[in-house]
Amino acid sequence: MKIGEIAALLDATCILGEERRDEEVIYGFASDLMSDVLTLTQEGILLITGLCNIQTIRTAEMANIQFILFARNKQITKDMLTLAEQENMVLLQTRYSLFKTSGILYQAGLKSVY
Amino acid sequence: MHFEYTILDNDFANAGAASSSIKKILKQLNIDAKKIKRVVIAVYEAEVNAIAHANGGTIYVDIDDKGIEVTIKDSGPGIADLDLAMQVGYSTASQKVREMGFGAGMGLPNIKNNVDLLDIKTEVGVGTQIKMVVNF
Repeated sequence: MKIGEIAALLDATCILGEERRDEEVIYGFASDLMSDVLTLTQEGILLITGLCNIQTIRTAEMANIQFILFARNKQITKDMLTLAEQENMVLLQTRYSLFKTSGILYQAGLKSVY
Repeated sequence: MHFEYTILDNDFANAGAASSSIKKILKQLNIDAKKIKRVVIAVYEAEVNAIAHANGGTIYVDIDDKGIEVTIKDSGPGIADLDLAMQVGYSTASQKVREMGFGAGMGLPNIKNNVDLLDIKTEVGVGTQIKMVVNF
């Protein structure tokens, strides 16, 4: 599913990586627990999370995740943005809950990891 | 090739900085991406552990053509029951650690799943030394 399509479905704002709207992800994984994210072996994952701190970005870096969607209007800090920029990531932000976000994307065909 | 990194006590903002550096070095060495991911996930979890439980520590990294060996030494409280600590779901993490997205008792099991060799030496009141090897 294209990033632009995901943003449109969730009325999401692209905070970083707007120019990569045509790139695609295959899987969605929703978690606030970073150790759970670190168990993933697949590539092409969109991380959907309510955890909004520098470790979210660090975890994505270690897990080779380039696309992160923050639910419930979580505000991305300057240090997060700097690191995400450095790691060439795409950051999206939606006001929808983690549950609603996941439901919409699952229904639209984004695959589940487990 | 030998590198060392210092992990400072309670320095959550920089948790992962050493793993990030190791990732870049391994990429430059053209190591297989799947191997790199295994290494950095194990080191990152260990880094978080050292900050969360052990007042920081030192990371020693040795790389040759056969693989990478990473040893993390700390002078923290040690692990009272290592078998229990290796079980998924067992955790003594603080609220602060949980707020950072960790502390669910998955760190050591995650490390074990990603390395070819794991050797943990620990003594209550003295500290912990974790040696991890990933073969290339």
